[in-house]
Amino acid sequence: MDIALFNRRSEYEWEIRPHGNMRVPAVIYADEALIRDMDEKVYYQASNVATLPGIVKASYAMPDAHWGYGFPIGGVAAFDAEEGGVVSAGGVGYDISCGVRCLHTDLRTADVRAVQKELADVLHYKIPAGIGSTGAIRLSAAEMDRMLARGAQWAVEQGYGTEADLERIEERGAMRGARPDAVSEQAKKRQRDEMGTLGSGNHYLEVQRVTEIYDGTAAGAFGLSDDDVLISIHCGSRGLGHQIGTEFLRKMALAASSYGITLPDRELACAPIRSPVGEEYLGAMRAAINCALANRQILTHLVREAFAHVLPQAHLSLLYDVSHNTCKVEQHTVNGTRRTLYVHRKGATRAFGPGHPDVPEALRGVGQPVLIGGSMGTASYVLVGTPQAEERSFSSACHGAGRAMSRHQAYRTWKGRQVIDELAARGILVRSPSSRGVAEEAPGAYKDVAAVVNAADAAGLARKVARLEPLICVKG
Amino acid sequence: MGVRGVGRTREEAFAQAALALTAVVTDPARVRGVEPVAVTASAPDDELLLVDWLNALIYEMATRRLLFSRFEVRITDHRLEARAWGEPVVDERHRPAVEVKGATYTALRVAHEGGVWIAQCIVDV
Repeated sequence: MDIALFNRRSEYEWEIRPHGNMRVPAVIYADEALIRDMDEKVYYQASNVATLPGIVKASYAMPDAHWGYGFPIGGVAAFDAEEGGVVSAGGVGYDISCGVRCLHTDLRTADVRAVQKELADVLHYKIPAGIGSTGAIRLSAAEMDRMLARGAQWAVEQGYGTEADLERIEERGAMRGARPDAVSEQAKKRQRDEMGTLGSGNHYLEVQRVTEIYDGTAAGAFGLSDDDVLISIHCGSRGLGHQIGTEFLRKMALAASSYGITLPDRELACAPIRSPVGEEYLGAMRAAINCALANRQILTHLVREAFAHVLPQAHLSLLYDVSHNTCKVEQHTVNGTRRTLYVHRKGATRAFGPGHPDVPEALRGVGQPVLIGGSMGTASYVLVGTPQAEERSFSSACHGAGRAMSRHQAYRTWKGRQVIDELAARGILVRSPSSRGVAEEAPGAYKDVAAVVNAADAAGLARKVARLEPLICVKG
Repeated sequence: MGVRGVGRTREEAFAQAALALTAVVTDPARVRGVEPVAVTASAPDDELLLVDWLNALIYEMATRRLLFSRFEVRITDHRLEARAWGEPVVDERHRPAVEVKGATYTALRVAHEGGVWIAQCIVDV
């Protein structure tokens, strides 16, 4: 983007002053190289979000921002229900509560290297991944509703994991206010065979090793040391979330004018929080969050079984589980006043700082873990929420590297087999049912995650704690 | 990914857009059109109708594990009735690359220009 479009408020803050129908400014957090590299649609989409009713303070975009559906990916916007604020299905996205879960293993790299191929093959066998894959769990209608109401808590009661896991999940594994009755039969049907599946596209399960520690205090609190082996799982609410996103985008797009809302972009479909459609969406969206949390909990159980088979000495415990695509009701201080806000994070991660009551007690002294996934073959990062992030971004940070080129372009540039062989030569084993899928996810197809993370750190959104590099990558 | 159908009629453009949807997942030439599925949709305008049409197919693809390669589409005003022919997903033959989450309103256009109909949108994968 042309930096002349912005008012540079500081080294890492780029402001779009309100113009046209914008009610608040838009603020993009990035260094100059990242901003120059961002596609121009981020400017327009961040500006469009700033026109929505009841928006508070600013429309934000994270250092990994790129164009999305209505909201930019990496977009953050908070709304006040008492000021006619809206909830937007476009501001949450089609993969509701897509997120990352990170597990300790109590293993070192050498332990995994000794059985790397066998472990990769067992994970590939045990974890349902890729289009058309189905999970082993079939839920009755009543059980489906219980899962939608209570998420990972439901999963633990079914024998997938332990109570200790719940402590390390946002909302303690169960999003309050979920309304299974607001979820359509079609959405439930779409989920029927997909419980405990990874999905495809940019979803993955990685076995990783810690290669660098940046913050010894936070790493100590998180239980991270150099050469530790971790596991990251990246996936979301599967077919149920996609169907809810599709259905409510349509409902909201059609209803917008009846609420006096002019949509600058149909994909920004929204409704007043205090409206039947708005409340119905919130109930359904929260149910989808629970579906994602339950799904990652079931996958954790499957990963534990896989490890028990190959590395019985491993002890898999949950570091934390974050979600990227949500709208959550949170308390934030704005101009000295505590307010209740509906915070949309679209491809952005919640990042509460030290002392926040929603951070698990064992971690509250340092802050919330923020898990940033890189591309297959590069690095991922663990960060920690900062005290300043509340004022800067409603306690939000980036979520990943973001694509540097389209899937189509990536597929024309690389062959899946070539990518797999090159990564294997670097000691990274990839397992995927689709060669084209691997090509589309090639490391070169993504931006530099290190640059994104460094900018988030420098902008005060979240602080770097550790760098992780992959050993095994299971992709859908 | 973007899907675009071009045809002499609106129906043809919609059918071609559906074929493009299959191409997002796999080479349509690998998909045998043997199993018919009826699809209906109606919307206030052509563009919403296109999204509804593609989302109806995505739903059938997701719930029945099908891929489609042949379509017969009839549109009257903004109401669509169609049949789609396809077959169940076979990993070894179709090698499906991604799963389509939904058709979006991004880059959404249904227009008659230059003597042809164009029907396009972005689908989320």
